Amino acid sequence: MSVDSVFVHKMWNDHELSKMVDGGVPFPMLSDGGGKIGTMYGIYDGAGGVNTRGRFLIDPDGIIQGFEVLSPPVGRNVSESLRQIQAFQLVREKQGTEATPSGWKPGKKTLKPSPDLVGNVWKEWNTKMAFDD
Amino acid sequence: MPEAFKPGCSRPQSGPVEEEKSEINMAGETSVKEGKKPMIKVGQKAPDFSAPAYCKGEFVEVKLSEYLGKWVVLCFYPGDFTFV
Repeated sequence: MSVDSVFVHKMWNDHELSKMVDGGVPFPMLSDGGGKIGTMYGIYDGAGGVNTRGRFLIDPDGIIQGFEVLSPPVGRNVSESLRQIQAFQLVREKQGTEATPSGWKPGKKTLKPSPDLVGNVWKEWNTKMAFDD
Repeated sequence: MPEAFKPGCSRPQSGPVEEEKSEINMAGETSVKEGKKPMIKVGQKAPDFSAPAYCKGEFVEVKLSEYLGKWVVLCFYPGDFTFV
């Protein structure tokens, strides 16, 4: 979503993005003229008249589970967004019985919060696990 | 799901989808609208909105609440023809 009109979105998709992605952008490109929605989400920059790089993860109940905001010159890491969604999907499925520690990604160990885990995380998790291999 | 619209000089506006609220409450006190801007927090409901969109060759009107039941990545960026 940006403050550009749907006509500009079409031009961008048809003339540039479709050259990078087969078939063009597969999801809706939303137009937020005037930044009303960006303002609602706290990421509209009135001085520049643009939405900053805000990214919100919203669960199936419509609840915001995470967000990230960057200023314009730095792009985002899509893999990290996908990793977060996978982690949120797992904890949702496990209904809070499992949590994903720092560096978790699919296939890596989760933690099972309980009184016994208090003070014993070091037995289950080490700092190397915070990083990609 | 998203409804198509015909592009023209006037087209659907983006903006919040307000929940029904009365200007005057039961006790007869004044407006519920307060000057305070909502703060976005994790664990809170994502403010609903509708916005015109371009999607796979069509102009459509998208409402966030139509996506209940699915995970949504809502992604803002400064402008078309820049990187994301």
